[in-house]
Amino acid sequence: MIAPDWFREDRLPHIYCTGCGNGTVLNCTLAAVEEMGWERSETAFISGIGCSSRAPGYILADSLHTTHGRALAFATGVKMAKPDLNVVVFTGDGDLAAIGGNHFIHACRRNVDMTVVCMNNQIYGMTGGQGSPTTPLGAISTTTPYGASEPAFDLAELAVAAGANYVARWTSYHVKELTRAVTTGMQTPGLAFIEVRTQCPTNYGRHNKLRSVPAMIEHLRSHAMLVEKRDRLAREGRPIPEGTFTVGELVRRNRPAMGVKQ
Amino acid sequence: MQGNAACAEGALAAGCRFFGGYPITPSTEIAETMARRLPKMGGVFISMEDELASIAAVIGAAWTGARAMTATSGPGFSLMMENIGYAAMTETPCVIVNVQRGGPSTGQPTRAAQGDMLQCRFGSHGDYSIIALTPNSVQEMFDLTVKAFDLADRFRVPTFLMADEIVGHMRERVTIPDAVDVTSRRPLAEGCLPFEAGNDGVPGFAPFGLGRSVHVTGLTHDERGYPDTTDPGAHDRLVRRLVAKVESARRDIADYEVTNPDAETVFVTYGPPSRTVEQVMRDRPDDSIGHLRLRVVWPFPEFALQEFGNAKVFLMPELNMGQMVREVQRHVDQPVIPLEKIGGELHTPAELVRALEAHR
Repeated sequence: MIAPDWFREDRLPHIYCTGCGNGTVLNCTLAAVEEMGWERSETAFISGIGCSSRAPGYILADSLHTTHGRALAFATGVKMAKPDLNVVVFTGDGDLAAIGGNHFIHACRRNVDMTVVCMNNQIYGMTGGQGSPTTPLGAISTTTPYGASEPAFDLAELAVAAGANYVARWTSYHVKELTRAVTTGMQTPGLAFIEVRTQCPTNYGRHNKLRSVPAMIEHLRSHAMLVEKRDRLAREGRPIPEGTFTVGELVRRNRPAMGVKQ
Repeated sequence: MQGNAACAEGALAAGCRFFGGYPITPSTEIAETMARRLPKMGGVFISMEDELASIAAVIGAAWTGARAMTATSGPGFSLMMENIGYAAMTETPCVIVNVQRGGPSTGQPTRAAQGDMLQCRFGSHGDYSIIALTPNSVQEMFDLTVKAFDLADRFRVPTFLMADEIVGHMRERVTIPDAVDVTSRRPLAEGCLPFEAGNDGVPGFAPFGLGRSVHVTGLTHDERGYPDTTDPGAHDRLVRRLVAKVESARRDIADYEVTNPDAETVFVTYGPPSRTVEQVMRDRPDDSIGHLRLRVVWPFPEFALQEFGNAKVFLMPELNMGQMVREVQRHVDQPVIPLEKIGGELHTPAELVRALEAHR
């Protein structure tokens, strides 16, 4: 187990399904916290509602499990009132991109100094697999039984456009890269947004011919394309393969930030 | 001084150091005053993207130990309801000012109303209790804001200053004391669980950053703060305590004025309609009219009604369609007559005199 000191062992067993990617993301984030050398007394974990947002409940630190979509607004209050705290937010695609979309873009605009880790499983997992704003076109869910008909949000690109100082995207397959990205995000003053494409075999894979966990992870791996490669293909005028998404560091910059520890 | 400015000064005097808000008429001067004054006092003013975010930021700030406040009016108040329930469930001390205007919906932005009196009590889903204060003057915009912070911290409950456009925009002379008395949150004792209540039903408070590793959730939780969402006993225990800690302290929280307790005809008021009643009483040569003026409306102090032993009828002028009449009626046998007025103007003394003549 990574970072055993940070786990609330008396909260086990956890609610995550067998094969869920959220535990991997939680582990990578806590590995980054250890890497940073943060103390329990100076770190707070904040989340909204959904599977991803249960993560702070398993961490031995001050933690605020808030209302659906509002985690970033709560986190803004925490960080602005007490900039000495290191603030980490766990959220998901439903929480962040649907009901919390407005808070997301404004948190990026304000560039409040916090690290936001989004477990994007492309589905509302906790309520049983309904289509979310990141469900890919054509994907089957309980509310898109004939295939999703709405184009999906690109969360990382949204964060870049809205002004976050650090934006990266990886998958639950890329644990080393993900841990490094979260660490870099924590080191960067301002808002760091790390989108993690992660598997939900129970409520996404089952309906989309990705029933087994290895198949889902292989699907994530094989469809992830490094930003640099995508840029090279574009430069050379070659086609970007269908269904791929970029991974890597999308932006690292120094826009004015708020709530930075003095 | 203007009422809204007095409210902001009261908050600052009470130690409020965080304001999260969103502009809305007729409350905006509170935000403007806080924006000007807070940074110079080492506090934080932040204009959030909407009222959902405003109250969320206030609750977040409160968990760092700060005294925190927001101010709004009807439409924004409606947006805050979800997180007001969260504040009640998580026992987060915070102050919410509602400078009421005519509703429903966008209604009358620049006109006074008292139309949110039941919403402030029952507006979020589920069972819970809150505290609500009702100022009737610019002085009380200061005094009751201070008191709201005191009560919020003592009982760890969202506390409302239910003002309105009249007291918000009125200008009157105000006495601001050199210092005010506000009780601090009782700290979480060593060895105590974060949601383990004392005899008064209120748990000790451990702000974030103290190393106590407090888990706060809006889910039904046990004394450790851990979710326990399926055990009927856990839910019953928690929610009954949240309600009882406020309701059982009604006498302690109560704040009201009794005039002419032997009268047979008694006005019951809160907020600005009391000013018209006071005018009517000044104009009369005798003591035949009683007046109960509530400065705390929730938890409702039903015992205050018993002070009028000879009462034959209660008259209730309100700037709504009789929202508090049923609360009063359920505690007394005498008739309670609503003197409802909507549209944004206060009752005139003549209107109340006519009502007196019709009902005595």
